[in-house]
Amino acid sequence: MTALIAFVVMMSLAGLSLLANRAAANGADAAARARLIERINDLLPQTQCGRCTFAGCRPYATALAEGSADINQCPPGGDNTAEALAKLLGRPPKSVDPQFGVMPPVPMIAWIDEPACIGCTKCIQACPVDAIVGAQRHMHTVIAADCTGCELCIPPCPVDCIEMRPATTSATEVLGASRPHVLSG
Amino acid sequence: MVRGSSARGGLRLEAHKERSTRDPIGMAAAPSTAVLPLDQHAGGAAVPIVAVGDTVAIGQPIAEPAADTSAWLHAPISGRIVAIEPRASVTRACAPALSIVIDNDGREMRHSSARAIEDFLSLEPRELREHIGRGGIVGLGGAAFPTLAKLERGAQASAPTLLINGAECEPYISCDAMLMRERPHDVVHGARILMHALQAQECVIALEDDAPRAADALRAAIAQTENGRIRVQVVPTIYPSGGERQLIASVFGREVPFDGLPPDIGILCHNVGTAAATARWVRDGEPLVSRIVTITGDGVARACNLEVRLGTPISQLIAECGGYTPRVERLLMGGTMMGMALSTDEVAVVKATNCIVAASALDLEPRRREMPCIRCGNCAEVCPAFLLPQQLHVYARATDLDGLERYGLMDCIECGCCDYVCPSQIPLVERFREAKPRLATHLLARDNARAARLRFEERTARLQRLEAEQRQRLEEKRRQARRKDA
Repeated sequence: MTALIAFVVMMSLAGLSLLANRAAANGADAAARARLIERINDLLPQTQCGRCTFAGCRPYATALAEGSADINQCPPGGDNTAEALAKLLGRPPKSVDPQFGVMPPVPMIAWIDEPACIGCTKCIQACPVDAIVGAQRHMHTVIAADCTGCELCIPPCPVDCIEMRPATTSATEVLGASRPHVLSG
Repeated sequence: MVRGSSARGGLRLEAHKERSTRDPIGMAAAPSTAVLPLDQHAGGAAVPIVAVGDTVAIGQPIAEPAADTSAWLHAPISGRIVAIEPRASVTRACAPALSIVIDNDGREMRHSSARAIEDFLSLEPRELREHIGRGGIVGLGGAAFPTLAKLERGAQASAPTLLINGAECEPYISCDAMLMRERPHDVVHGARILMHALQAQECVIALEDDAPRAADALRAAIAQTENGRIRVQVVPTIYPSGGERQLIASVFGREVPFDGLPPDIGILCHNVGTAAATARWVRDGEPLVSRIVTITGDGVARACNLEVRLGTPISQLIAECGGYTPRVERLLMGGTMMGMALSTDEVAVVKATNCIVAASALDLEPRRREMPCIRCGNCAEVCPAFLLPQQLHVYARATDLDGLERYGLMDCIECGCCDYVCPSQIPLVERFREAKPRLATHLLARDNARAARLRFEERTARLQRLEAEQRQRLEEKRRQARRKDA
């Protein structure tokens, strides 16, 4: 009888510690998963365009961490991003699946034909990165430097006055701006 | 070739300055047509304020600065504006750049509105800085950075030290040495103006030990001003000691942070030519419309320094120096270490043109077949920016952008020391120049992604907050309605 009681007590203690362990492991798992999502999100181009079929870059990162999405679903990131994701997640490399979209050869950004704009604010509401300014019944415009080229503003426009145009920033301009030191003897 | 001190890297190179410093500075003839690219300074291209058909006089403003970092441009000759159109330009490696073209009427009319300020101390420092900006003054060492923008940055430091850079960029170039030798008063007066504009407490004019006559001339000029706050310091001639960061290290023994600028450590550096141009503008009312250019190399009959109007075609300068010799192989703007090869001499002198080298085989190091890197480490020993070129080379070949960033590719000043000592003849700087725009684009994309992400997250938070507030208001209304009913 004593032995039985002792056995039951021991088993329940073991069960309790197992439960506690699992809870701790769950906490650690959650933290590790959050870190993984963060690292994946860092590799994504943050256009928030939704071409991957998810609602933005972070949701795609979450799906990747859970294993419910593939690494080749981000056209703006291109093959470089797919490769970086493959490396991080230990999956075989793949190039981007064209079914998710094909990017133009040069970076494009949205442009509003301002005289045609009726000031409906629909594009402003659609822009995920606050790159369009304007007000009700006043002309809207795209802040070129802040546009990620996601194209989400184009379908809501009732007068079709938004089009994609090549971005003007070239590598040489970038280099010029980021080169504070030149020999100046 | 002898290595410079291992603590600072660099190379002791043959100076090749004897030929061009034999004669005094000559005056080049005014060109019959002057071509002035609007992008001949760092920053935004200037915007024309004249139209085709207008008549202009020497020193008349013809283009205004486009942005904070940009500069005025003035007519170097009197005559008629015949075109504002793209012309082959040294600013774009001989590709066309939008330029103002002036036909010389030969009358040498001078624009009258410029004022000469005898007592610059009567001006407020801010006023003086703005005045310097209106003279179209840019850094004449080769980078053509607008002087006003640099002064504004420097004036934010409290009581900065002014460093006047008289250390020539590289072999062959002697325009700064000749300027200091023949016009030391301009340099010293310019230094005093810049000191007042910056409220600088002291000023060091630094030059290399291979220009003793220039040092003597400067000392005599300083003695005449009886200004105890300006001194001359001679530094060893070790290429590239004329680099801003390298010169600061050898004069003050301090290092400019890799991600900072000299004002961050309380120093502001200007070229001697810039100081002299400032003096001529403030004291004499003559804006930057000409500069001293060294014409040298075994490929030109007579080597010399000429004062040249901006916009003068290089072909005309070569003709004034007796034309090419049959040995000429390559035309360079700048020196033989960092100069840019020109595909034509039908391009015009700009504010940044310090030297033209018509090089023969004697002037150029023959380049043999490239061999694999043997990891000897010579390149790392001579690198004046303390980088590891052999590692950068590996990452550049593999297009490993993270590796290139980690090993500081963007801090490479492209001086060519690593190339010069490489026993495997690897064109390292060429590889780095190719890799830089790629890395810069990558870094920009990353910065943009970070900014976009931040805006996206803020926007999401804002929308949630607005929705919550709306819900609260609605609830409040309902509650009030219920209370009324009751």
